[in-house]
Amino acid sequence: MYPILRREILSENVKLIKIKAPLVAKKAKAGQFIILRIDEKGERIPLTIADYDRKKGTITVIFMEVGKTTKQLGTLKVGDSILNFAGPLGQPSEIEKYGTVVCIGGGVGIAPLYPIVKELKQSGNYVISILGARSEKLLMLEKEIDEFSDELHICTDDGTKGTKGFVSDILQKLIDNKKKIDIVWAIGPVIMMKVVANLTKKYDIKTLVSLNPIMVDGTGMCGCCRVSVGGETKFACVDGPEFDGHKVDYDNLMLRNRRFICQEEESCKLAGV
Amino acid sequence: MAVRKTKHDMPEQKPKDRIKNFNEVPYGYDEKTAIEEAKRCLQCKNRPCISGCPVEIDIPEFIKHIAEGDFDKAVEVLKTKTNLPAVCGRVCPYENQCEGECTLLKIGEPVAIGRLERFLADYERKKGVKIPKKAKSTGKKIAVVGSGPAGLTCAGDLAKMGHRITVFEALHDPGGVLMYGIPEFRLPKEIVKAEVNYIQKLGVEINYDVVVGKTITVDELMEDYDAVFIGTGAGLPRWLKLPGENLEGVYSANEFLTRVNMMRAYQFPEYDTPVKIGKVVATFGAGNVAMDCARTALRLGAVKSYIIYRRSEKEMPARDEEIEHAKEEGVIFKLLTNPVKFFGDDKGLLKEVECIEMKLGEPDESGRRRPAPIEGSNFKIKIDTALVAIGQSPNPLVPKTVKGLKIGKWGNIETDEDGRTNIPGLFAGGDIATGAATVILAMGAGKRAARAIDEYIKSKE
Repeated sequence: MYPILRREILSENVKLIKIKAPLVAKKAKAGQFIILRIDEKGERIPLTIADYDRKKGTITVIFMEVGKTTKQLGTLKVGDSILNFAGPLGQPSEIEKYGTVVCIGGGVGIAPLYPIVKELKQSGNYVISILGARSEKLLMLEKEIDEFSDELHICTDDGTKGTKGFVSDILQKLIDNKKKIDIVWAIGPVIMMKVVANLTKKYDIKTLVSLNPIMVDGTGMCGCCRVSVGGETKFACVDGPEFDGHKVDYDNLMLRNRRFICQEEESCKLAGV
Repeated sequence: MAVRKTKHDMPEQKPKDRIKNFNEVPYGYDEKTAIEEAKRCLQCKNRPCISGCPVEIDIPEFIKHIAEGDFDKAVEVLKTKTNLPAVCGRVCPYENQCEGECTLLKIGEPVAIGRLERFLADYERKKGVKIPKKAKSTGKKIAVVGSGPAGLTCAGDLAKMGHRITVFEALHDPGGVLMYGIPEFRLPKEIVKAEVNYIQKLGVEINYDVVVGKTITVDELMEDYDAVFIGTGAGLPRWLKLPGENLEGVYSANEFLTRVNMMRAYQFPEYDTPVKIGKVVATFGAGNVAMDCARTALRLGAVKSYIIYRRSEKEMPARDEEIEHAKEEGVIFKLLTNPVKFFGDDKGLLKEVECIEMKLGEPDESGRRRPAPIEGSNFKIKIDTALVAIGQSPNPLVPKTVKGLKIGKWGNIETDEDGRTNIPGLFAGGDIATGAATVILAMGAGKRAARAIDEYIKSKE
């Protein structure tokens, strides 16, 4: 059992939990994820690691309540435990000194971006962070990310905070201002990653995206999380979750992420969440 | 008295009933039938059946005790060699092993060794399993990676020898393929759990949620333990590599079976994991896993369940018993047929598969006649779900993360007959070493490796 040590409500349907999982914390690196199962009848869901503390043996995950499991997870309190918690899974982000790096986070995608920003900064990069959300109350970790960023840009769809518009608009401006960008990280909704990747492709700027397909085992066994990357089938759980943003078939990913929408609704209805 | 030429029948659920539930298909022998069947055994002096058993069970001896009605004694004989009799008694391909060597084949059917093994295991489980005496503790620690048939057998045997065993399992349940792969109606999960429970009572500790290669590495285990055994199986699904294979509605056999078996999607929404199959399901491949898929689809409510296979009936790799069960249940076999392309609707939902008819040519390296497409014979079948069951490769997660480990050309770990890898103290067995095979061969490998590990540890003293 893996006890919850801390719980925070970041916005209406976004929550943070810190979980005691010393073995996972010992190995966790930016870009990796965990798979959890709340209880005996639960499903296995992947969540990207938002932070880790090797000394205290904890892992922090931030999740949006979108389906039955995340909604149920959102009801757990400090002191409650999760039945299964496995990881760290997937390949870590390739952190090195690139020069100038633009880190883009959209919505709940800001959470997994945080450790990447931190490690890129600690590796001597000039880090420009762009955070976007639908509105102010859906933004998160501004302070934390600002601490490790040389520049921080904020935007919201409705203009309640920062520039009104999309993260891609800010990126476009940076490019227009002849900012030399060596690499871009983009994590957020699939459509956001697609738009960012399409933009950077025009300027030939290497772009990494972190994908979040549906998974079951998370160890490369089932192929549920397969994505088409450069015409090849890859498993996000073992080959990813980060891939070359210019090669991902986003439309197929969006489609596959909708596979069980009807069942999800049924499950939520039954659970009354 | 003349010997009866045929096996005693094992009663089973009628096909029309059983396709509506996930309960086990056969009911097993009752005591009287078991004794009658046991009496068919000729107790041959040369005991050919034993040579056919990968875990070397003293078959005539346990059968003799059944014939005498001494089931407890029979169990004792059985359990000296196998830790998983209830599993073997259900999923072993006996016809190619013990029963394939039976002298009675000269006049008719062999002794139903598999059914008798199953009878004994079920008898013992109902009665309460006895824990055998263990050897004196050696104080040696061994790590076993993976709790499938190879790992469990190796762990159980080593525990009996007095070693301290820790098993590391990536998933949340023990059993590996016994749990995620083989369906409930062929191998009830309660039975797997009972057998695992027995192994734990031998002193084996199982740690779940530990993905070796990620959570902890084999190199780290090698520092903390006197020896390490890797039995991580053939978990990597093979694909047809056809256009449209990533459409919604195409599952690997592994995903489909894991959802249904381990995650219990057949009890959705009581259990959270869903599966959806629509009305018409096509399974590609004709091995045991393919039969499991096609039969599971029927139980989930498929109106039509096809097996699509590029060779003919004779070449189908599944056991006769599985093929027979699938046919009885109404699975439709489209043989000498190969898929070419999957088509989806405008939402990307699978709706059709294009196939081509095949003919058989000269035998290939496997000895089976090589199938070749018949030009212009293409046709389409409307399907809602495609299940790809054309085999698995060794899971690369562990082999890739061990420094200096010798890997074979299929990504398998190279070992000798007894599971020794090129690294002293590191052993491997089962599908991770041989590529996808059977439960009993993995158990045999686990057993041989346990002996080799014991030998290795003693040699270091």
